[in-house]
Amino acid sequence: MVARARSSGPLAAASAAVDEAHVLTALQDVVDPEIPTISIVDLGMVGAIDIDDDRIRVELSPTFIGCHALGLIQTAVEERLASLGRQVAAVSSMATPWTSDRISAAGRASLRRAGIAPPSAPEDVRCPFCGSEDIAMDNAFGPAQCRSLFYCRGCRQPFEAFKPI
Amino acid sequence: MSGPALDPATRPALVEILISMADDEFVIGFSDSEWTGIAPLLEEDVAMSSLAQDEIGHAKAFYELLAGVLDDGRDADAIAYDREPAEYRHCRLLDHPRGDWADTIARRFLYDTADAVRLEAVAACSWSALADLVAKIRREERYHLMHVGAWLDRLANGGGEARRRLEAALERLAPDAATVFAPLQGEAALVEAGLLSAPMDAHEARWRASIGPTLERLRLPMPPAAIDPERGRLDHSAAFDWLHGEFTMVRRLDPVATW
Repeated sequence: MVARARSSGPLAAASAAVDEAHVLTALQDVVDPEIPTISIVDLGMVGAIDIDDDRIRVELSPTFIGCHALGLIQTAVEERLASLGRQVAAVSSMATPWTSDRISAAGRASLRRAGIAPPSAPEDVRCPFCGSEDIAMDNAFGPAQCRSLFYCRGCRQPFEAFKPI
Repeated sequence: MSGPALDPATRPALVEILISMADDEFVIGFSDSEWTGIAPLLEEDVAMSSLAQDEIGHAKAFYELLAGVLDDGRDADAIAYDREPAEYRHCRLLDHPRGDWADTIARRFLYDTADAVRLEAVAACSWSALADLVAKIRREERYHLMHVGAWLDRLANGGGEARRRLEAALERLAPDAATVFAPLQGEAALVEAGLLSAPMDAHEARWRASIGPTLERLRLPMPPAAIDPERGRLDHSAAFDWLHGEFTMVRRLDPVATW
């Protein structure tokens, strides 16, 4: 990530100092509308952040290119950061391509809480409900582009797993 | 966003390759979305809908790059929806009626394997915006290749009606199978500018080498060379006129509406 904070300038006195940590803390409140237990920060969608006296630019890396939630997430980012007193632009970028390795440890735990197995090689997927290894993939494709469908023979529950990509 | 710094003579060729990749993804995505609700298995209903959404997403990203290069005031939606059928540049392979499940699997196998070779041909291109997008698309297309590979095996080894229908579908598509690699106007300039790794005929040869082992194992025929490669992206069928009417229907109701 790149942060650039200019300390001087005509507007510096008018708006409080903002750095990358402020932005990331605020973005912890923005979730993927399809998985409301995980913030976009823990999901690994936040790329370069560029801050100056009158604007903030945040790059968002889509999990899948055709993700319908991206527009909603961009709007949510712009609304959440509006209180920092600068013009906000949330732009989609593939300069830092999203991969499933970008999900944080906290993010992986959040996924499990939502009943979604975090991304793993198919043989390493565990049931998010009971932890069983006795599972089978029903369909590589699921209800959203980013997820596959599995079945747990241990607790006899269907579940979703984030696709490794 | 705008295009790469280019010799003005190379720009039309860049437009040509972007529009051909965008239109291919758009047309196959829209065709496959027609299975939503009526695929032969519930799992495939979900899978085809997800594949279609991926392809439409890829098309949108290509149209956005194209809008920057054209810089004529049109956005991605205007390029996708506001052209007449004759102005589309998808390949003839994608210009058949949807047909049955075997037609869909045969078409996807021929197209996905060819598209994989074409994506590799631009993966190391000199324009970073296109290289970044293609790198991302290739990660997603791996799932498409696994899906269609499993279905090709299942139909080819299924015997009886499954195999008969698959063979018939491949025979119907055979004359157009290689049209993904129809030569592009000005492709020598693209190679020169580092936007395409080699001329399309070299990529067609790589594609044939890549699918040879699968076709041999399943005792399926290698598609013949295209009869008239010059016309591979210019001559659309009545099937496309119908599809065009479908996918522009909502846009034509109110072209300036905000959804």
